[in-house]
Amino acid sequence: MSTAFETPIPSRLKPEKIDQAVIRFAGDSGDGMQITGSQFTNTVALYGNDIATFPDFPAEIRAPAGTLPGVSGYQLHFASGDIYTPGDAVDVLIAMNPAALKVNIADLKKNGILIVNSDSFKEADLKKAQSATNPLEDHSLDGYRLFSVELERLTRVALEHLGLDAKSMDRCKNFFALGMCYWLYNRSMESTARWIQDKFKNKPLLVEANKLAMKAGYSYCEATEAFQISYEIPPAKLAPGIYRNLSGNQALALGFVTASQKSGLRLFQGSYPITPASDILHELSQYKDFGVMTFQAEDEIAAITSAIGAAYAGALAITTTSGPGMALKTEAMGLAVAVEIPLVVCDIQRGGPSTGLPTKTEQADLLQALFGRNSEAPIPIIAPATPSDCFWAALEASRIAVKYMVPVIILSDGYLANGAEPWKIPDADAIADFKVQFAKEKNSPNAYLPYKRNPDTLARPWAVPGTPGLEHRVGGLEKQDVTGNINYEPLNHENMVRIRAAKVAAIAQEIPDIEPAGDPQGDLLIVAWGSTHGAITAAVKAQRAEGRKIGHLHLRHLNPLPANLGDVIKRYKQVLVPELNMGQLLWLLRAKYLVDAIGLNKIQGRPFKQVELEQKIEEMLGVD
Amino acid sequence: MGTATLPPITPLTKKDFQTDQEVRWCPGCGDYAILSAVQSVFPELGIKRENFVVVSGIGCSSRFPYYMNTFGFHTIHGRAPAVATGIKAIRPDLEVWVATGDGDALSIGGNHTIHMLRRNVGLKVLLFNNKIYGLTKGQYSPTSEFNKKTKSTPFGSVDRPFNPVSLAIGAEATFVARSVDVFQAHLKDTLKHAAAHKGSAFVEILQNCNIFNDGAWFSLTERDARTEHILQLEHGKPLIFGKNRDKGIRRKSDGDIEVVALGNGISESDLIVHDANHPRPSYAFLLSHMEHRPGFPTPIGVFRAWDDLPRYEDVMNQQIKDVIAKRGSGDLNKLLHAGDTWEVK
Repeated sequence: MSTAFETPIPSRLKPEKIDQAVIRFAGDSGDGMQITGSQFTNTVALYGNDIATFPDFPAEIRAPAGTLPGVSGYQLHFASGDIYTPGDAVDVLIAMNPAALKVNIADLKKNGILIVNSDSFKEADLKKAQSATNPLEDHSLDGYRLFSVELERLTRVALEHLGLDAKSMDRCKNFFALGMCYWLYNRSMESTARWIQDKFKNKPLLVEANKLAMKAGYSYCEATEAFQISYEIPPAKLAPGIYRNLSGNQALALGFVTASQKSGLRLFQGSYPITPASDILHELSQYKDFGVMTFQAEDEIAAITSAIGAAYAGALAITTTSGPGMALKTEAMGLAVAVEIPLVVCDIQRGGPSTGLPTKTEQADLLQALFGRNSEAPIPIIAPATPSDCFWAALEASRIAVKYMVPVIILSDGYLANGAEPWKIPDADAIADFKVQFAKEKNSPNAYLPYKRNPDTLARPWAVPGTPGLEHRVGGLEKQDVTGNINYEPLNHENMVRIRAAKVAAIAQEIPDIEPAGDPQGDLLIVAWGSTHGAITAAVKAQRAEGRKIGHLHLRHLNPLPANLGDVIKRYKQVLVPELNMGQLLWLLRAKYLVDAIGLNKIQGRPFKQVELEQKIEEMLGVD
Repeated sequence: MGTATLPPITPLTKKDFQTDQEVRWCPGCGDYAILSAVQSVFPELGIKRENFVVVSGIGCSSRFPYYMNTFGFHTIHGRAPAVATGIKAIRPDLEVWVATGDGDALSIGGNHTIHMLRRNVGLKVLLFNNKIYGLTKGQYSPTSEFNKKTKSTPFGSVDRPFNPVSLAIGAEATFVARSVDVFQAHLKDTLKHAAAHKGSAFVEILQNCNIFNDGAWFSLTERDARTEHILQLEHGKPLIFGKNRDKGIRRKSDGDIEVVALGNGISESDLIVHDANHPRPSYAFLLSHMEHRPGFPTPIGVFRAWDDLPRYEDVMNQQIKDVIAKRGSGDLNKLLHAGDTWEVK
């Protein structure tokens, strides 16, 4: 059976060569849109296209079927050249019902291809979507290339001989739609067929049904010449190497396993499930063959405190969460600061405050990460810029944590966590080791002094329980430097506060000088951090092509900041700080560098569009 | 093959477990007696000093690690069981003891306490129960009796108290015991029983706070009361109490228990014989609850010691070993290349 999928059925129409496309699958949260989208993504990535994805789904697992809040979408931008964003507007929209159509139609380009499942536009469906008229009949879609396809009926016809019930047959309709898209973009169904085989390996009937539905969708286009056109997007010219698709959460997990191997420390993850961070726990729990220990704790506080205990016992310890969980962990982070123990805290940011928008992205935890603890409790912060960059962020955070004996925060977000991009797989052997040496001997003639520091890093030694002669006590009470004994003396406290600050500040010594992308000096500098990297890169590229003098600084280290940041800022006439928050980095830069920077702030649970950034750039540069 | 002469093993003494830190509990506090008992018992356990870790939360009792010359971690309020779980997960070979109080373990840290017990993490937990908040200077605690007048409840508290032993048994702890700060011999004996238990061992220690709740346990600890109102549980022995050992606990036909006077046809053979090793917690729970009933004594000693359940940290580590045995040790290059890949030339 599977041989039929190895090459696309030759199309009678000669495909039109284009260099990029944006496609969005939209349906009910139960329609399998995330699977459909990720399968399409995998196929085009394997073919060699550059990709950027944007899964967008509701917080409810199954909101009432057919309603507007239940719409789940998956957007993919794929191209033969470099791309940086999932795309502002879509070329092809697949809408499985009227609700999906209503929520998404505004993003479809004029004259774009619109594939709808006409079987779900009955009166009841329209009512659930709060549509007064049937958009398939009221001419509201006249500006698009509408393909009204009876997805349910056609899928049932294709599967009727299998003896499945109607509901099971209807569940396969997303694969019919996927088959159509494979035809439209001249793509092989092979990798999806393999995936189906693996996914339903214990249910041969479902393997058959889903493969058949996909093939039927493909054949339908072939036979009916429905689209009258098909497209070909050649592979992108990426740097030579072996690639895979990688999401931000997967990248973090792989990064921590790598850090564990490179440091020679057991990896311990204490975590409590929370969207959008849970996938890191799901990933790491699979890697027991690397000695990874995952602990699903009773709450966010136990998640971090168990990790602190594991670190105290000599593990590379991490805890992973999102904003609300981050809030619960604050006291324990202060403990990690006070006992000077290595720990990595991952905050996969989402919209807030409180429960907020669990599945939507935001960058509004920066100030929480920086200041959200009682008293003076500085913690280094690293912000990855792209999904695959999360791998390197995990590695760097782990290295800093054990070298300086500090907790480190990684600020990712929902967009990076779920978004995927091609990743050139590094040679694991070429990644530098950072083997950790625990204290083994007394560090003074008569005693072990737990707070006697390394003069370069100010790190205290790491003496794990079980080491003879190094018995000592640590805790959250203020202590005397060197001896670690409880000490409440005024000057000792000030000294300790300053040492803890100096230790974090010292990390700046290993952050290389930062150089902006684009123009090294000029009219406008964009300073940003985190997941806005792609959209800003694309906007700056487009604006520089118009001859504008723009630099782009993307900060990976938010605490401490790169030492030369202030000097770079001075090279430009204006400074723009785009963020998915109310202006948190902006606030920091204005306070620290006394620069009259301007913010571009979007708080909609969605990433920036390239056009939004370009408009602001043009406004600041006085372009009409 | 010459005859190897092993260096003489110097046994550890109580002194080896004392630190040079000034003990900062109020003079007369029951904590001194508990510290002394623990320092006496540790050298007898045959465990190297460096393998002991004492973990605590916040409160008077939680200063404990500073006074024990072992590895020690004074953590944050209520979280000692979670920190200790992380330590045990990574190092199951360590002997980890948790010192906590009624506020620390049952109020702010109640969640961690029950989850540590249900998981059967191999920790020894000493809950110092003085029925008051001491370090914050005298507010009622979750074990304070109803209508307790304190700084924060001038008209009396309106909360029903927890019984720590009932709570631990309710969480299906595999070892639950109770002792008293001033009963040094009994306390040491109970600690040794706890030390011998592999799974979670939970010991409530009735402790006097002579500043904010003086005499909270006098009804049990004063010379006469001690024999009249306390039932000392001993595995395999009948449940007898009273100054003249003339009262006992008998099972009723409906499954409940009753206090009976010995004599007049009732003999020791009619009484319940204490079975601490019973696999199910129901009987121990019944015992733990009797003190709330008029005429019943307060039991001390080992309520429950069922050690057939594997320790959490052992299961965690075994699972990892099993996966490695099945899949082999992880290969990083393979992991990074897992799934669908493609080559760009």
